Amino acid sequence: MPAGKYKNMLTLTHFLILSFILFSIGVAGVLLRRNIIIVLMSLELIFNSVNISLAAFSYFMQSLSGTIFVIFNITIAAAEVAIGLAILVTVYRRRKTVYVDELDEMKG
Amino acid sequence: MEQIFFYIFAILAVASAIAVVAAKNPVHSAVYLIICFLQVAALFILLRAPFLAAAQVFIYVGAVMVLFLFAVLVLNVGKERLGEQIHHQSVIVIPAVILLLLMMGILVAKGRLTAPMGAFTEKALEKNTEVIGKMLFSKYLFPFEVVSVLLLIALIGAVALVMKEKGSQD
Repeated sequence: MPAGKYKNMLTLTHFLILSFILFSIGVAGVLLRRNIIIVLMSLELIFNSVNISLAAFSYFMQSLSGTIFVIFNITIAAAEVAIGLAILVTVYRRRKTVYVDELDEMKG
Repeated sequence: MEQIFFYIFAILAVASAIAVVAAKNPVHSAVYLIICFLQVAALFILLRAPFLAAAQVFIYVGAVMVLFLFAVLVLNVGKERLGEQIHHQSVIVIPAVILLLLMMGILVAKGRLTAPMGAFTEKALEKNTEVIGKMLFSKYLFPFEVVSVLLLIALIGAVALVMKEKGSQD
């Protein structure tokens, strides 16, 4: 953590560490949970952690390009969720399961 | 002062993120995810990006979470037993995630990214939303158009995937 003369200020490191922690929690959720809905929610957590670090760098570099990228990121996350949930509904209709380890037909 | 608010938002965000992964009921997970998204929106305000905070609340908390809750309703997945929610690869995954966390922590702590984030010095950057709008329609016009086409493709794709075939039962 930052020390010394930046003691009482908000620094870039704060936001990066928070972003890393959220990213790791999201990765753990994707890899650990069996329920595919929770896996998609964890993907959203990962998206959010990336957005935080982009916005933090945007503020740090005093440039709005990072902010623009976050906007594109949010749009693409919305598209991803729509497609992901559509696939999920189709899979559930056909297979009657939402557990990722039971959907192993393509396993070689 | 800013730091106190940062810690409040950060701790709430991390706690609700852990709750998303740990909750047994998918509806509870969705509610915790809403809390997490709201905290991230508050962090965007701390980062002097009010437009992003508004977009976060509208798109994530509004649209995405409603979609998730609809999916939970349609699929009718109930509460899971404890053994059911985690699959057997957890023996490998938990050490791997802890290792990832450690590696990132070392990289951040060793780096020289401790510079403070002062106020925006450029006058133009103070009017956040206006400047973003102008940039979107001038410098970033092509990506903007590409993203809008992508959204259209996602819309058509989602409808095509979910639509039932004519004459098929169930």
